[in-house]
This record gives sequence, structure tokens and C-alpha cells, in this order.
Amino acid sequence: MRKQSDFVHPYIPNSVPAVKARIMKEIGIESIEELYEDIPEALRLGRELNLPDALPSECALKRHVEQILAKNRPCNETISFLGGGCWPHYVPAVCDEINQRSEFLTAYAGEPYEDHGRFQTLFEYESLMAELLEMDVVNVPTFDWCQAASTSLRMAERITQRTEVLVIDTIAPDRLSAVRNYCLPDVKVALVRHCPDTGRMDLDDLKAKLSLEVAGVYFENPSFLGFIEDQGQVISEMAHENGTLSIVGVDPISLGVMIPPSHYGADIVCGDIQPLGIHMNYGGALAGFIATRDEEKFVMEFPSRLFGITKTSVEGEYGFGDVAYDRTSFGVREKGKEFVGTAAALWGITAAVYLSLMGPKGMRDLGQHVLQKVQYAMKKLSAVKEVKAPRFAAAHFKEFVVDFNDTGKSVAEINQMLLDRGIFGGKDLSDDFAELGQSALYCVTETHTQQDIDQLVTVLSEYL
Amino acid sequence: MEPTAKYKLRENFHQAKWDEPIIFELHTPGERGVLVPEAEPEVAEAVGDGLSALPDNMIRKQPPALPEISQMRVLKHYLRLSQQCLGADLNIDIGQGTCTIKYNPKINKMLSASPKVTELHPWQDPSTTQGALEIMYCLDTFLREISGMSRFSLQPSSGSAAIFIMVSIVEAYHRARGDADQRDEIITTIFSHPSDAAAAAVKGYKVITLYPGKNGLVEVEALKAAVSNHTAALFITNPEDTGIFNPQIHEFTHIVHKAGGLCAYDQANANGLLGITRAREADFDMCFFNLHKTFSAPHGCGGPASAAVGVVDNLIDFLPVPVVGFDGKEYFLDYNLPQTIGKTRGFYGIFPVILKAYAWIMSLGAAGLKEAAQVAVLNNNYLLEHIKKIKGAASPYSAGKRRIEQVRYTWEQLTQDTGVTTEDVTCRMADFGFHLWSSHHPFVVLQPFTIEPTEAYSKDELDEYLAGLQKVVQEAYDDPEKVKNAPYNSVVHKIDHSTLDDPEKWAITWRAYLKKHRKVGSQD
Repeated sequence: MRKQSDFVHPYIPNSVPAVKARIMKEIGIESIEELYEDIPEALRLGRELNLPDALPSECALKRHVEQILAKNRPCNETISFLGGGCWPHYVPAVCDEINQRSEFLTAYAGEPYEDHGRFQTLFEYESLMAELLEMDVVNVPTFDWCQAASTSLRMAERITQRTEVLVIDTIAPDRLSAVRNYCLPDVKVALVRHCPDTGRMDLDDLKAKLSLEVAGVYFENPSFLGFIEDQGQVISEMAHENGTLSIVGVDPISLGVMIPPSHYGADIVCGDIQPLGIHMNYGGALAGFIATRDEEKFVMEFPSRLFGITKTSVEGEYGFGDVAYDRTSFGVREKGKEFVGTAAALWGITAAVYLSLMGPKGMRDLGQHVLQKVQYAMKKLSAVKEVKAPRFAAAHFKEFVVDFNDTGKSVAEINQMLLDRGIFGGKDLSDDFAELGQSALYCVTETHTQQDIDQLVTVLSEYL
Repeated sequence: MEPTAKYKLRENFHQAKWDEPIIFELHTPGERGVLVPEAEPEVAEAVGDGLSALPDNMIRKQPPALPEISQMRVLKHYLRLSQQCLGADLNIDIGQGTCTIKYNPKINKMLSASPKVTELHPWQDPSTTQGALEIMYCLDTFLREISGMSRFSLQPSSGSAAIFIMVSIVEAYHRARGDADQRDEIITTIFSHPSDAAAAAVKGYKVITLYPGKNGLVEVEALKAAVSNHTAALFITNPEDTGIFNPQIHEFTHIVHKAGGLCAYDQANANGLLGITRAREADFDMCFFNLHKTFSAPHGCGGPASAAVGVVDNLIDFLPVPVVGFDGKEYFLDYNLPQTIGKTRGFYGIFPVILKAYAWIMSLGAAGLKEAAQVAVLNNNYLLEHIKKIKGAASPYSAGKRRIEQVRYTWEQLTQDTGVTTEDVTCRMADFGFHLWSSHHPFVVLQPFTIEPTEAYSKDELDEYLAGLQKVVQEAYDDPEKVKNAPYNSVVHKIDHSTLDDPEKWAITWRAYLKKHRKVGSQD
């Protein structure tokens, strides 16, 4: 057991006793305790922290952590049909190559001089997303879609000076919870119903709820439940006639084959860039985007940093900096818009690399492949006795609801059976969407082979 | 100090400068960066081209105007841009005060790149993610011991997200007791992070910001004057961004509690206190830690980050869900918190960062954490001792006293003597491979600069940084114009910021830039 007095650790260079002594001599102290003179005795812990024995040798640490991680059975060791905002897409090697570079990984908040690369890369991220979305303003990433949706709604509140928002009732449950908390207490959140057969927004219900107090109406496309909302233009027009903003949450992977929300009247567009070159990481690698038109009344409501391009004192040289910095809480604390801080910049950098690699043809090829695989899965599953896939009579992208109500088995039972056969079945929706009964959300992407889908169908057919 | 090779100031330093175009300027029609697999022939046969099933009005007929670039060229472009960043791994990153830029162990980076981490889906059956849940649960227990709080949520995406969660808990707590309407004020200090004020405003609170007295600390009388039965909570950092520890913090929490408010501890500045003092002993009701600062996870250019929020017993029920539980045999996701504020983020937390924090604590152990804190404080006071002696520099407040882990300094004298400002000094420091940060806004300390060495740098490195400061100051007195026109050896020259606040001129995207400054469409 190493003594405190000669504890030297590779991460603490000045823990070498001779160096420590020299520093102490130079600053005229005999004990480090003197440096803590401002902390009263009554506030001292006065004992050692009770933590597990240290593993200071790297070899032992590695073994220890790997032993714990070995208890995980990740999706690359099984077939998984889980999605719901954390999606399995292929991550090109160059994406990981770039986001593991020390220069990017360990940079932080330097100036646009010595950290110029960070500014340019994030400006390029904003710009590449802008082409996907066909909008001229995109923020430096926020935490995730929950935050992006919440902030989009509060932006609508500030822009219109109204205090109610309407949210489609098929919104992801996590996002509804986050939105409710973020709006409490100043903004009222009400739900708009969907049509039970197609999933589309119920326009009569929207009309009834579009009062002059409504700042924004929010819907998702594709829906959390996978179907495509094709009434965007009408929804936006109804909103605009009422002085309400149209806010859409979109899956960026769909935008190689589907029109962006700006084409059907959306004023604020948000979503998550996790599908753009970022591994699933247990749901711990998300990043939210918010996009608007380049109008001052929108730009000035963003809480995020916005990196802009400018000139330097040398002709032809690009410089970068913060646009309208005094709009943020960094500039003016509580007088700024909401709050901003460290969020998910490295994922923005990763998405920039992804979109640069994919280009327009890659995004289209990917979108087409996803559509084909999803349609194949729905077709095959609907041929299984008593299974209805998809549950909603609409076009779908990447995900769809599978209705097991007529099978007499619960989704929990089905998923346990699938688990025993090395398959992670779709997410059980019976708690969050009670009206769907025993239904599950299945996700299919370009990472699923025909074999994977056939295997699922075979196993289900045998069981049901 | 005689210069030696070990800490020679890099007078010949030049940062990588590639003059790299914007990615769109590399567009070459037809080039491909990565190919996507085609669906199998049987699949295509069964369902057709996939696109026809979309409603016609939803099909994207015009492809997005993304650039077309081959793979190596994309790689090269971003590698060059990465070289134009000064990551902590490459420089003596002590000049980003309050950010706690310490060593990010590469073993932890390697562990978090394992498919056992990257290929996990949060909705997998918990029986298949026991490793992830174990690490989250154990980190919770470590942080309880480190802080004295009773339970942690690892859901927050960052320090600011943690602050927002604490504000939400304050609001829910008072609403449950029926006096949320009356308790509409949150008190904070000007030397606490801007998010302490800003997050409170999101929840509709009136923010009362206390300024320091002449010793750099908020005075008890000022707090007493601000506290009333309108007080919902106090949000405070201790030590504050000045590095001065408030010895009366326990009296502060007592005053607020007596008035019926809660006390929230912003522990962004925890690095000097590990194993020394805790939130519990000062009687805080809740606190948070930055896992990407104190607990060694990298900063990623501004995230991903992670924070952990801890609370005392009677606030556990309000935590965001789920937390991770352990029943003696299995780890599980616990949604059973009856008064939870709900969710603030998708899924459970930033697992790859949580893993790094766990591994760092396991590497150091109790003795190591305390050593890290003590050496961080020692390093900081070493710098203080030397910077105080630099002409033109000073450390305002608490003259002659020690600091904890960082110091807010001032160049006020330098500016008066030479006209060189803190921004100028920062630009010239970049010419030697250094960052130097000023302060959060507003600049209560004029011409500020904030240095936080942490425990991660050797004495020689601290001496090199000091040599840099001394050199720039010498130049400021001898030849101020030289400093004012810096940087010379950085990635670019003096940036023209004037366009960035002008709606007619600002360009947040390349397409906006082309429209406003080149008068063309978005792609040639």
C-alpha cells in the first residue's frame, strides 16, 4: 500500500516529492495545509474518502474496466431492431478518425486564432446542415433533440410574444417530458391529436386549438412512430394564418430523399444529428440542431453560439467569430436568451465529416436503401399470422409500428422470446401509447441485411 | 530562473497554417467520399425502388447541394483543420481558467471506443447492459462519497444542463409545498457561472445577483439584504471564479434555509477541494460536478460533456428519471421517483463520458483524488506567487492571501501604462502556443485574465507559461504596437469582427455568405 507522502501518479507530475518540496519552498510554505487556510475546520471532511482501492497501473485499470464492459451484449453481437431517436447507421471510418484526433478531442474554448480549426469546422457543419435543410441559419449543436425542440418552442414564444404551444400527441415521450419541463411555468403546452388510422395530424383538432395565444405548432417528420406526415404545407398555412409559427422536428438522414421542412412552410426546424456518423453509445451521443431563415428576428432568439465567417487583415484569408454574441447568456447572463454552455460540438464536427463524405448522392442512396429495407420488412412481417405491419396506413421512413394485438401475446413476451434467440425486438409501446395496445416500434436501416429481416420473420412465425 | 531546454519559451513557434479552403470550395462533381450498399436484389424485387411509395409531394426532386469530394481529400481537409486547433494534448493548457483543462487519459479514450460501449442501444433489455448500468451506479456511489449528497442523477448533458435541473428541482419542491408563486426569486453571485443566472430566468425566476465586497467575496450583510420569503434558492460557486474560498459559506446556507430557500452548489470549481471539503459539510441541498472538467473527460471543442447532479435525501424524489438502482443482484433503471421533474434529455446520460470519469476515479483512488486537489492548489499558488511579481499584473482582492485552484488576475496597470489590453495579450500569447482566457462577462475585474493550472502540468511547463507572460509584458512596455498587432505566428491574422453583429453582413453559413458577399447561388 503506497503511503500518501510518496504517492506519485502519472497524471500528477508535481506529485514527485522533490519537485513538490521545491515549489513549496519557492512560495514560502511548509505544508500544503497552509494553502487551505480559508476553509474552516468545521467544513473539513477530516478523513480519507471511502472509495474502492485505486488501480494506478494502467494494465490493472484496463482489465478491471474491460471485465465490467464484458457484461454488455451490444447490437453488433445480435440483431437489433431498436431505434427511436438513437439509431443504428453505418459510421464511416473517417468520421471516427477525425473525432478521435487529439487536436479536436481536447480543444475547448480558445480564440478564433489558435482554435481557428474548430471555428472553421463548426462553420462548415452549420453550412452543410444548411444545404440539407435549405435554411440559412444553423446553430452550433445543443444537447439533443429534446433540448432543440424545447428551445424551438421557447423561441416561438419570444418571437410571437404568445404563451401557448401546440405539440403533436405522437411526439416521442422523452421529448414531451422535456418540453413540458422546459416550458413550465411560463408557457402552456397542449397536445394536438393524430388520426388513428394514418397517424397524420388531425386538422380539425388543430383548427379548434389554434387560438391567438398559440406561439407555435410542433410536429415531427417522420413521426416518432415512423410514418410520414404529408400535410406539412397545410399545417404551416393554418398556423401562419393564425400568426403562429410552424416548427418541425426532422430526421436529417431522411433529407436525401425527402423534402426538407422549409419546403412546406416550417419556420423553425430541429432534430438530432446522431444518425450522421455517430455511434449509438447507449443513448449517450446525441446532439441537437436548430435552423431558421436568416432574419434578424429569428437569429436574435437563438440561445446557442452561432459561428459566422468574416475577413481578416489579410486579403483572401477567412476568419471566424461569434455572431451577435451579446444575445447569449455568455454575453449578458440572465438577460440573454435561455442559457448556453458546453454541449456537443465534437458531434457537430463528426456530422460535418459525414455529410462531406456522403455528398448528395450518398444521402440519396442511403435514403433509398432505408426505404426499400423498411418496405421489405413491413411486407414480410404483415404476412405473419395475426401481425399487422405497419399499424398506420401511411408511407414510412426507417421505423414503423408493428401491431401484435391479435396474436394473443404481449410485446414483453414476444421480446423475451426474441431475446432468447439473439434478437432485440422493437420497443414496447404499450405503456407510452396505451391506445396502440400490444404494439412495438421497429427500426430498420441500411445496417440490416435481408437475412436479418428474414430471420426475424422466421422466428416470429414459429412462435406466433 | 535560468532558461533551460526543459522549459524554453518557444520563440520560434508557429502554429500549423494550411490556408485551407471552405469544404464547399473542394467540390468536384462526380467524386464520392463513401459508398452506401445497395439493397439486395430480392429486396428490390419485392418492393421496387422504395421511392415510389413516398407521397409525391414529399419526394426530394432537387438533391441537397452538399459538396462531392473523394474520401482522402475529405480526410485531409479535416485533419488540416484539426491541426489548426490548440488542443490540451498539445499545449500547456492552463490559460483557460474555470475550464479545468487537465490530462485526458488515453486509456480511458481507448476503453470508451470499445463496441461494448459504442454499439449499445439504450432500450436493450437491462440484462444485456449490466456492465453499463454497473458503471453508472458505481459512479453515483463514488460521487455521493465525494460530495456527501445522498443520490446522483447522471442525466445532465453538461454543467449548464445540471444547473437547469437544479432550478427545476427547486421549482418542483416549492410547488409541492404550495408556495411556488410566492418564492419567485433566485439569488446568485456575479462570480458564479452565467448559467446560474440564465437557467433560473428560463424557469421564470427573478434573478438577484450579488456583487463582492472589497475582499472579493459577497458579504453576509449583502446576502441578508437579498434574502426574504420570496427566496426560492441560492445558486453559488465556492470558490468563485476568483479562486477565493468563502469561509462563511455555512452561514450563507443557514441564512437561506432560515428563510425557507434551498441551497444549490455549482461545483464547477471542485478541482481543488476533492477529499478536503464537501457540499454536505457546508449544508447544501444539492450540487453538481462537471465530469469533463474535474473528472478528466475531454472537452471535445465544446462537448460532448456530462455533469452529475446530487441531492440530499428529501429531494431524491424530484430527480430526473431514470436513475440507476441495484437490488443486490442486478442493476436496473429506476423510474420510481414519485415527484420527478421528468426528463431533460433523451435516454439516460452521456455514457462514454461517464465511463471516463469512472475510470479516472478508479485510477487515482481516495489518496489520488486528494493528491490531485492539493497539487492543483499548490500549482495555482506557485503561479500566483510569480505572476504577482510581473510588472503590470495584479491579483485583485484578498491581498497576501492564498487562492484555491485558480486566480482571476488583472492587466489593469499594464493597460494604463502601455495601452495594451487583455485581448491584445491573449493574441500575442497565441504566438508562443498558449491560450489565455479573460473572464466571463461582465468584466467586474477590468482587463481580466484567469489561469487555472490543475494538477496535470509539470513545474517546467508552468515555468514555460510564466516565461511567455513575462515576454509579452516586456514587449508591451518596450513596443506596445507589436503586441497590439498580434498574432503573427498563429493560424490567421487580425480578424475583422465588425460584420458579426450586423444583420446585413453576418453569414452563419456558406450559402448565406455567398448570397450576401459574393452575390451568387450556393454552388457554382
